[in-house]
Amino acid sequence: MYIYNDFDEQFVRNRVAQFRDQVDRRIDGSLTEDEFKPLRLMNGLYLQLHAYMLRVAVPYGTLNSAQMDKLAYIADRWDKGYGHFTTRQNIQYNWPELRDVPDMLSALADVGMHAIQTSGNTIRNVTADHFAGAAADEIEDPRPTAELLRQWSTDHPEFQFLPRKFKIAVTGAKADRAVTRAHDIGLRMVRNDVGEAGYEVIVGGGLGRTPMVGKVLRTFLPKPDLLPYCEAIVSVYNLLGRRDNKYKARIKITVHENGLDKIQELVESRFAQIRPIFAGVDQHLLSQIEQSFAAPAFTVNATDGYEAARLANPAFRSWTDTNLSEHKANGYAVVSISIKKHGATPGDATSDQMRVMASLARKYGHDELRISHEQNVILPHVHKSDLLAIYAELRVADLATANIGLISDIIACPGMDYCALATARSIPVAQEIAMRFDALKLEHEVGPLKIKISGCINACGHHHVGHIGILGLDRAGVENYQITLGGDGTETTTIGERAGPGFGANDIVPAIERLVIGYLNLRDNADETFLAAYRRLGAEPFVAILYPEKAAKNAA
Amino acid sequence: MARAFTPKVVTANALLEGDAIWFTETNEWTRDIGQAELITDEAHGDIRLLEAKANQAIVAGVYLADAKSGPNGPETVHFREDFRTRGPSNYAHGKQEA
Repeated sequence: MYIYNDFDEQFVRNRVAQFRDQVDRRIDGSLTEDEFKPLRLMNGLYLQLHAYMLRVAVPYGTLNSAQMDKLAYIADRWDKGYGHFTTRQNIQYNWPELRDVPDMLSALADVGMHAIQTSGNTIRNVTADHFAGAAADEIEDPRPTAELLRQWSTDHPEFQFLPRKFKIAVTGAKADRAVTRAHDIGLRMVRNDVGEAGYEVIVGGGLGRTPMVGKVLRTFLPKPDLLPYCEAIVSVYNLLGRRDNKYKARIKITVHENGLDKIQELVESRFAQIRPIFAGVDQHLLSQIEQSFAAPAFTVNATDGYEAARLANPAFRSWTDTNLSEHKANGYAVVSISIKKHGATPGDATSDQMRVMASLARKYGHDELRISHEQNVILPHVHKSDLLAIYAELRVADLATANIGLISDIIACPGMDYCALATARSIPVAQEIAMRFDALKLEHEVGPLKIKISGCINACGHHHVGHIGILGLDRAGVENYQITLGGDGTETTTIGERAGPGFGANDIVPAIERLVIGYLNLRDNADETFLAAYRRLGAEPFVAILYPEKAAKNAA
Repeated sequence: MARAFTPKVVTANALLEGDAIWFTETNEWTRDIGQAELITDEAHGDIRLLEAKANQAIVAGVYLADAKSGPNGPETVHFREDFRTRGPSNYAHGKQEA
């Protein structure tokens, strides 16, 4: 993976020193809160309901074991012994004290990490497929592209005060695990007719108040054109994006209001203008970056022991059935570690758990870890002969939950338990749904099902692209939960449809139970997933299950 | 017609810890909403908000929040403000930890 060079190191150290000085000046009263706020946000420091929150970037979700160990150390030393992994592949600390934050940033800099541009109207942490470099269906590892974009966008002088925040996601695989169509710019690596790798460029996707599926701006962009083309897009947006209305300021609205044709024309014209300035330094840089993401030396080993263990140990078999994905190398697997134990807070890991995962990566995983936007941790390169040992260690650390992709593998934003923007809580709803279906022992029978919960309209919990989405709102001073159905965040991205009136806090979990049990009766066979059944049947039968009284009235 | 004024408290977050705090009649900041000043007059509320904001060397994010009178002093009206008096619901962290 990419290791900081002297320039990166100095840049991050300088920023820590600047922020230390700014914190000192805030504490001694030289800076007002109004003056300090943009400075702290530039460094990922928010003020939430009960405390500050520090959002640390995990670039394209990739970590090595030393970095994960450092995240654990920071959690113990300056927080409450845990961290929260987010849908943006970041980690958030919920309890830092202002005076300690410069030391936390300094500790991060020790392992080549930072919190720069994790807030504000800038280009945020570039996200990527969490199976990058390991997935069997990959054209190319998207991380060199993401790292190049990270270097280009970090402190880019033209893009520090955009109309609104700007998010870029990259995938190198056919299956879209990076939700590229719900980003300001989505990049999908593709090959052209003569077999060269390049990008399909998608623009103007996003969730939030006005969810939109991104539109294809270029069907094939040659790799060397990446930076000038992205620069052209952001530059056009920077001038055209609406600064008069925060709710209309994202590029999705700019594209929607101006039309794709006009945006295309402006971007191509700007691109033609700036393309000659990119004389090849970026490509030289990219080739260096690509070397640092060279695939590990995969070993060839027998997998008989693994197969035998699967037969002998049903719990292990169940875990391998749900938590493994196909790896590109023979004898290898991608391991998804669920940090969604039934009843636990989605995305939270204790410092002890972080250290266990770091140690497993060191011992068995070519020193690599990933954070997924679905709030789990991935060991991307594991030989199958090591899986039983890994499983045993995960069990001891309470990390062996076999629920990846199932109903309890819920995305949930922090909601009103922490977030100052939230309109309702999300975590307790996720906890209750997971506990309920665990008690019913129906999870595996229900099969693949993505529930995503947001505690406000900003949709950090991606509820619009959940097969079942839940949106927490404040209705006349009471928590109320709206259900959307049929959303999908993959290569067939679909925005879910609102089912009807919302449910109170006491009624939402029974409503979900009714819906899911109703689906079991509606499906054609055990292989028809919730989403497939919804697509086949349409909303009506599902809505009837959610609102039985209304259905009875209509039938009468 | 303007909406009738509902009682309020002045609240903020402590600058160093970020913890929720409330403004008292004696211009101090308390971590217990019961000790806060309950403001029943709109004009007085505007003045108290300004006075509270003058404390910005020790607090951040000052605002007026709806409140009501209770047996042990002011109480919250809205669930958001109620959570601020306790902490999150997933762990016994924050004020409920003490």
